[in-house]
Amino acid sequence: MKNIIETKGLRKSFKDGERITDILKGIDLQIPEGQFVAIMGRSGAGKSTLLYQLGLLDHPSEGSLYVNGADTIKLTSDERTNFRLNQLGYVFQDYALLPDLTAVENVAVPLMMQSLDSKRAFKKAEEALKKVGLEHKANSLSNKLSGGEQQRVSIARSIAHDPKILFADEPTANLDSDNSKLVIDIFLELHKLGQTIVMVTHEAEYGKLTERTIVLTDGMITEDKMNR
Amino acid sequence: MNLIPFKLGFFLARRQIANASLVTTVLIIFVMTLTFLNLVVVTGVLVGLLKSNASNTFYTGDVIVSSLDEKSYIENSQQMISIIENQPGVKALSARYVQGGKLEANYKDVTRITDKINDASGQIYGINIEEENKVTNVSSKIIEGSFLNANDYDQIVVGANILYKYSPVDSPNQKSLRNVAAGDKVRLTVNGNSREVTIKGVIKSKVNQLDVAIFMNDWQLKSLIGRQDNNVSEIAIRLNNGVDVQKFKQNLISYGLGRTAKISDSEEAKPKFLRDVEATFGLMGNLIGSIGLAVASITIFIVIFVNAVTRRKFIGILKGIGISSRTIEISYIFQALFYAICGTTIGMIVIYGFLVPYIDVHRINFPFSDGILYAPLSGTLLRVFILIVITLIAGYLPARIIVKQNTLDAILGR
Repeated sequence: MKNIIETKGLRKSFKDGERITDILKGIDLQIPEGQFVAIMGRSGAGKSTLLYQLGLLDHPSEGSLYVNGADTIKLTSDERTNFRLNQLGYVFQDYALLPDLTAVENVAVPLMMQSLDSKRAFKKAEEALKKVGLEHKANSLSNKLSGGEQQRVSIARSIAHDPKILFADEPTANLDSDNSKLVIDIFLELHKLGQTIVMVTHEAEYGKLTERTIVLTDGMITEDKMNR
Repeated sequence: MNLIPFKLGFFLARRQIANASLVTTVLIIFVMTLTFLNLVVVTGVLVGLLKSNASNTFYTGDVIVSSLDEKSYIENSQQMISIIENQPGVKALSARYVQGGKLEANYKDVTRITDKINDASGQIYGINIEEENKVTNVSSKIIEGSFLNANDYDQIVVGANILYKYSPVDSPNQKSLRNVAAGDKVRLTVNGNSREVTIKGVIKSKVNQLDVAIFMNDWQLKSLIGRQDNNVSEIAIRLNNGVDVQKFKQNLISYGLGRTAKISDSEEAKPKFLRDVEATFGLMGNLIGSIGLAVASITIFIVIFVNAVTRRKFIGILKGIGISSRTIEISYIFQALFYAICGTTIGMIVIYGFLVPYIDVHRINFPFSDGILYAPLSGTLLRVFILIVITLIAGYLPARIIVKQNTLDAILGR
């Protein structure tokens, strides 16, 4: 199976005055298409930073990064935005929904940006909400939903446009165990359908449910194992 | 052309406005309305101070024919009058004899050369009362006593500035009569001929020429100045409604009347200083208007900037999920446009629905005019256009600044 993500010598440094802090210290990584990967590690290990680089939300300081065959280092800011729109999906820890919009509108916005007319965009958004069991909350303002519901809307938004890769940054961190299980079940279901998922988590029990676990320690991969 | 950024930008702006705090939205629109009013009203009042039609109504009529600078009368006046009377569109005309003269109040008490003379000078207008009333409404400006009748003999009406009590300023150029009121006798001297006359009334019109004028019946002034040729000094013409003043004026010039007289419309007949003041006020109005525009643009910039800064995280999310920078910027431009359109629409309603008609009825009382709010629709629409263009720029810039920031930093609130 082809690698959908390939990195070589990926580094990320932050400058604080004269001091340069390396968060990622040369990551070499290949993720095949359709894999469900958990990135784990202690707080400050660089898990989220790696996810942001892989998800093109941030720009690495050094190294190469190929996503779905594209050399993303060379992309301009607008090209990266367009790449994210068409190929990537995100689930954030704090859901990152737009409070002015209803659940269905939150899901429909990226679809409208993809040139779908409003009618088709909303139809597709409703289908995505149905997949996460929230069709009955379609017209609720996002900030009126519970945390678990907001996270499910966030997942619906991230999958509505059929992304090549779904990135999730601590998707269960703010949820109770029931809602966390619901979210992980949705990811497992999506994985069964062939979705590539890269998830950052610090919860070992959810990490074990994935296909592969990568452990980061101090900006370096210290463990990379298949769970099944 | 890709319309998606516009469609989606409009959608996002609409939702953001719909869910924004009502108080905030009302406050922003209120600021925009005040800004627009500041732009139109300040200039309008300044220019409007001198745009009142008093000179036309009470003095010049629509067109005034006056003697050349080097002459004190119009040659062949009667022939000219008959040409004018036969022009289409003429409603009425008033031929006036004008001569400089002097009034003395204490002439009976002055016995020594060192005694101070209580006198004042002014232009004496010999008018036909009936004709004058058809052309101007000067008789309505009486503030004391009454206006002249056609057969009044040795009676005059004076402008308020001739009397010290209405114009308590003594200058070598403008002396006024002290302790004199309607009903008092004064001595009138014209061309060396003196006559004791009674002040029948006092007028105050805020038209400078009239407020320093002395009116009497034309037949009496003619005899005083010994004019036998019937040549008058000026002819005020009132035209029927709808007659094109400029065309009428050109028509008179084409008859050759311009060779022996000056032909002016009421604007041209205004004294130069008044036109200069008008131009200066217009300039000041534009200057204040420009400052108003700068304030407006800064206000909108701050409003949109604060709005964008407080929504920085959501801008980051939008970029994160792939919404283009252009779409986000356009959504803020639409918001700014919404505020500008609401502000200017309310401003227009306030101006044309309330301020203009109100000030037209309750004119602004200035010493030299009754000011109106001069707000021609074309000028107002131009200001609307300018304000909207500035709003678009002032709305775009802050959105651009925020959108340009690092996406991840915006999402994470760093």
